[in-house]
Amino acid sequence: MTNHRPLKIAIASGKGGTGKTTLATNLASYLAEKMEVVLIDLDVEEPNSGLFIQGDLNHEEDKFKMVPVWVEDQCTLCGICQKVCNFHALIQLGKMIMVFPELCHGCYACSELCPESALPMVPKKMGKLVHYKNHQLHFIESRLEIGEEQAVPLIRQTRKYIDEHFKNEIICIYDAPPGTSCPVIEATKDADIVILVTEPTPFGLHDLKLAIETMIKLNKRIGVVLNRYGIGNDDVLNYCEEEGIPVLAKIPNSRHIAELYSQGKLIYRITSEVKNEFDKIISNLGILIN
Amino acid sequence: MKEIVIISGKGGTGKTSLAASFAYLGGKDVVVADCDVDAADMHLLLEPDFKFPEDFFSGELAYIEQDRCIQCGKCEDVCRFDAITHNNLKFIVDLISCEGCGYCARVCPANAIINIKPNVGKWYISTIKTGSIMVHARLGIGAGNSGKLVAKVKNKAKEIAEDEFKEFIIVDGSPGIGCPVVSSLSGASFVVLVTEPSVSGFHDLKRVYELVHKFKIRTACIINKVDLNFSITAEIEEFLEEEKILLIGKLPYNEDFTAAMTYGQTIVEYSNGYLRDLVVNSWEKIKQALINIKYLK
Repeated sequence: MTNHRPLKIAIASGKGGTGKTTLATNLASYLAEKMEVVLIDLDVEEPNSGLFIQGDLNHEEDKFKMVPVWVEDQCTLCGICQKVCNFHALIQLGKMIMVFPELCHGCYACSELCPESALPMVPKKMGKLVHYKNHQLHFIESRLEIGEEQAVPLIRQTRKYIDEHFKNEIICIYDAPPGTSCPVIEATKDADIVILVTEPTPFGLHDLKLAIETMIKLNKRIGVVLNRYGIGNDDVLNYCEEEGIPVLAKIPNSRHIAELYSQGKLIYRITSEVKNEFDKIISNLGILIN
Repeated sequence: MKEIVIISGKGGTGKTSLAASFAYLGGKDVVVADCDVDAADMHLLLEPDFKFPEDFFSGELAYIEQDRCIQCGKCEDVCRFDAITHNNLKFIVDLISCEGCGYCARVCPANAIINIKPNVGKWYISTIKTGSIMVHARLGIGAGNSGKLVAKVKNKAKEIAEDEFKEFIIVDGSPGIGCPVVSSLSGASFVVLVTEPSVSGFHDLKRVYELVHKFKIRTACIINKVDLNFSITAEIEEFLEEEKILLIGKLPYNEDFTAAMTYGQTIVEYSNGYLRDLVVNSWEKIKQALINIKYLK
């Protein structure tokens, strides 16, 4: 047992485009000036963190999910496979069994319940994981193949890669997908803290409330970072105050930041004001933990 | 009847603000479908009355009836999602991890596992401020199956549009390229991609277009916040030309997007100047493109 507290920080948001990736990449790079940090992009549908991080390729691997494949000459067309698949990932068409791998959740029911063993499970590529390293910063990204509908299995395998390759005491920052449904839940599953990034607008507030409800249901400790502070109104701040949710930092609304972001540049050093806000996040995180 | 799907890959590009503006401009010729069921925001601009709510049940979740369970552990063995765990007393299902494959129930020798159909959200048929109909939904907290709820919202909108002889369905899709997006794209007549000239905006645009391309749907694009980065704007324009994607609007970086939202208004209501003209012009181009498609066929 180590005395260190495992620290897994997930950066999420209800609404997309509020600054998750900005926060994740800047926070990770800033922390990496002082300690070893792992940044993991779990927004596997549209991974963007890598556009802001440079490093040397350390490792890459294809990621597979297991799907059934039909072995015609062993099949007696009994129809059990079609009946047991709750996801309509295989159907019987005349004298053929058609498999739709994109719809398969990999539950093995068809394969293991087939009396003739005519549906062995085989790996199918669903994405690719890359691992870059830049001094103390590790960056891991997984990227879903286009047309593959399910992000969850790839997110799950990516989390597993982290568990297997890094010790508990290293800080991990997860860039989560937007929304409140299954990919977000998978991405925040083992996080000790979830930072929700929002903007002070009606859309930001509405989606923040949904994200907070979700994280409360998952028993997560949460903090909010307000991005583009100064635009919109004070409703988000008032809401957080009423609900007793800590606001870790307020990153100012600035066209200059938007421009730097558009070029793929980090922003935590541009002004002392911005750097201050990142310092606040780091010190507030300490408070959140203890 | 034409189904226009508005998506963006990346969030925060102005997709919903534009979709709501088109819905406003289309007035009574339009049925609106908010298919971004994870983070549905269109109602904040279009004032639906939430009049006809309906619960949405979808998928399955395993439930163990303890009095019949013989503690054999077969369910835990077959579950690939680690959703079944046990202590000394009983076997339980973690409802968040359960994917609803039903495998455990099929192999349980005591028939102790039943599948329950969970309530994964609510959907509504509302009248909005233009007098038109909007179908929208709210996904339950922590619920999966958003793709199915998207299909429900879309199919309902389609039914209404057909019954009432409406010309257009405007669908606000979700970010990403996964199942809810695939679900919003199926059956679409026209796709509008909303992007921004940032490294991530362009990156996400290319990925989502690769998906759209598989569906062989006629596609147009609006570049928002063009003046944020002129060189990436130029790159995007080049990409659109290569892929034969119709460019139907270039909008400036403008905080009126936020201001309008703060007043619960669409951009075309809030702004009466230059920005409004650009949005109106994009809508006219969409309609024109749809007419052209008709002639082509």
